[in-house]
Amino acid sequence: MSTDISAGASAIVIGAGIVGAACALELADAGFAVTVVDAGPVGGGATAAGMGHVVVMDDSPAQLALTRYSQQLWTQLQTVLPPQAEIMRCGTIWVAADAEEMAEVERKRHRYLEEQIPCDVLDAGRLYQLEPNLRPGLAGGLLIQQDSVVYPPTIAAWMLDRVTEKGGTVRTHTQVDRVEPHCVILSNGDRLAGDVIVNAAGAVAPRLTPGLHIKQRKGHLIITDRYPNFVRHQLVELGYLKSAHQSDGDSVAFNVQPRPSGQLLIGSSRQYDESRAVDHVIVAKMVARAIEYMPAIAELSATRVWTGFRAATPDKLPLIGPSPANDGLWLAAGHEGLGITTSLATARLLVDQIMGRTSAIPVAPYLPSRAASEAMHV
Amino acid sequence: MNYDCDVAIIGAGPAGIAAACCASECGRRVIIIDDNPIAGGQIWRGGAPTRQAAQWRDRLAAARVTILSMHTVIAICGKTVRAEAEDDVSAIRFQKLILCTGSRELFLPFPGWTLPGVMGVGGIQAMVKSGLSVKGKRIIVAGSGPLLLAVAAHLRRKTGAEVLLLAEQTPMAKVLRLGASLLASPGKLAQAVKLKWQLRGIRTTFNAWPTEAVRRGRGLAVMMRIGRRSETMECDYLATGFGLVPSTEIAQLCNCACDNAGFVVVDSSQRTSSPDVLAAGEITGIGGVEKSIIEGQIAGFTAAGRTERIGRLLGAREHAYGFMRRLNDAYSLRQEVLRLADPGTVICRCEDVRLADLASQSSAREARLQTRCGMGPCQGRICGAILRASMNWRDESIRPPASPVRLASLAVPPAADI
Repeated sequence: MSTDISAGASAIVIGAGIVGAACALELADAGFAVTVVDAGPVGGGATAAGMGHVVVMDDSPAQLALTRYSQQLWTQLQTVLPPQAEIMRCGTIWVAADAEEMAEVERKRHRYLEEQIPCDVLDAGRLYQLEPNLRPGLAGGLLIQQDSVVYPPTIAAWMLDRVTEKGGTVRTHTQVDRVEPHCVILSNGDRLAGDVIVNAAGAVAPRLTPGLHIKQRKGHLIITDRYPNFVRHQLVELGYLKSAHQSDGDSVAFNVQPRPSGQLLIGSSRQYDESRAVDHVIVAKMVARAIEYMPAIAELSATRVWTGFRAATPDKLPLIGPSPANDGLWLAAGHEGLGITTSLATARLLVDQIMGRTSAIPVAPYLPSRAASEAMHV
Repeated sequence: MNYDCDVAIIGAGPAGIAAACCASECGRRVIIIDDNPIAGGQIWRGGAPTRQAAQWRDRLAAARVTILSMHTVIAICGKTVRAEAEDDVSAIRFQKLILCTGSRELFLPFPGWTLPGVMGVGGIQAMVKSGLSVKGKRIIVAGSGPLLLAVAAHLRRKTGAEVLLLAEQTPMAKVLRLGASLLASPGKLAQAVKLKWQLRGIRTTFNAWPTEAVRRGRGLAVMMRIGRRSETMECDYLATGFGLVPSTEIAQLCNCACDNAGFVVVDSSQRTSSPDVLAAGEITGIGGVEKSIIEGQIAGFTAAGRTERIGRLLGAREHAYGFMRRLNDAYSLRQEVLRLADPGTVICRCEDVRLADLASQSSAREARLQTRCGMGPCQGRICGAILRASMNWRDESIRPPASPVRLASLAVPPAADI
């Protein structure tokens, strides 16, 4: 799987979002001469549109392994990031509405403890103590202390500043027309040659690498005026995975995040929809869901509603590794709603493969070839 | 509440009122949506301060127009305006939409512009009208444009304040040229003469602007640049205004094309680039109340499908446009006042972003992503105009709601037929 990389080898990373930026930094650290290209500004796609929640998730063992590993890498990185990264270790509370969900809290706690992820089961009384604006009648929750929130666009920029310091080049507002073996062709006709080419273009990755099983999954977020301490932890309904992924249709879930500014981010929605426009029907459902869990939120002032596109794969895991089709092309895309969390592990696992290093966790579940073989059996 | 109409008009200033009267008099069902308690807009605030305002108020009362006051527009969904009322969301279905959303003050940052006691000229006027006592207070009025004169005259005549200085950044020669051109407009000339009379005794300077304000005692010390001299003056309030900029959030939500200066582009019938959406008044150009009334009438007739009636208004509009060009030329902002901020000066008050923070950014979008400039509660309404004026950065990123609204209002689903 490893490529024969000599000293002074070059790498082109397509995408200056947090995944591309993390890959570029990892490649620069490994000695590559790195060029990053992006059609927009640094961190202007899903990196800017999302919540910036660094969270361990357990939808599947592979997801748990990847998010946990990535969170460890975040803990290391946090010590050197600048204040503009706005890191707030507020923890996540998975909110359980009823006894059935409390049973799931127990199962979830068990899975997390097996991976040595500290967590506390909250009964209803403790839940209200921590989050008094939740509605009465909820059953309890699970608190994951080490989850945090960050402001991703400044982190992507910080990473790319490090790449530049190491001699790399960042070309924003530069459109890629197509990718050929060991070569990226820009829309202006320029050709950028690279020993390694990384497609980290998020939801638009399939435009450059046809055949990728990545679909644009639209989401909405709302930001409010400042209400310090109205919410203290990232709050997510325990049914989140159920509502987020149960069907191919539209879904909403209660998901509220406190920002260091005192503002609240309110989500979340999922739709397969190519239009960037705000869909007021699903926004109404999303807000109604938030009010259901947190009635007092109804009176808060909303200042902005926006949309973004997640890069969704059929098995909800990213594609990290060599492209099955194209020599010299590597993929780091398809992170759905977890790109901020898993960006660091993605970069590490990708460059491990490129350099022929052994990875800290098995890479097989994320190899792009698994999607291709899956697709053949559909 | 759900409403149905032929012509929906957003904004009840002079343009909106004129549009409503004309469309209604042509037999169309008209609804005006306005966020103030009483129609009149900024210039006719509080109803009918002038004879012209009273005439239009009476004409509006005679027309059968529904006025939804205290309504904040959330978004335009297809051919429906969604607006937040006191404890409800109104959906107003329309065939034609006329945007008359007016303008707001342009603030320009200088060291000290965020201190208490430094405010906009429109802001101090509104606060005085709603009860702030400035009797015996020393006030400097500085900036650019005719609004300075009106506010200085009001402060002096109606409030017992002491207006220490009226500082206009433009050269006197430009204003005299504008004055000379008014000889052809007896009405405007009379207004100008009256204003000049009301300002008698107030020290008035041209080529003058504030360069810095600092706290001194319970008031302010303001460093003024007056011609080639510098002068430090103590005062209680510094009221600044550097002209007006259009409020185009709703027009941008409707995808109406705007020109480089930020104004909504309209054709000779006041149609925008967006189908069935028209615009009139200050959002198409800052030209005063006459221009707004003429454009409003044309928009009203166009929306009513009575374009044959706009012919007699076109000449008057050309005349108003001529005045607008002379006005904007006379009060164009000099480079010095666009560059008063130092690296430590706050540009975005909501997010506390300073000029130095913007140094490594190259567009409004990058500034927003990397520094949060314009991401706060005002959503760039103040700093966006500053960046456009001083850096020529355009932020096209307008998202709903058009103004902040309660989350409860966003939870109300749009009607099923939209």
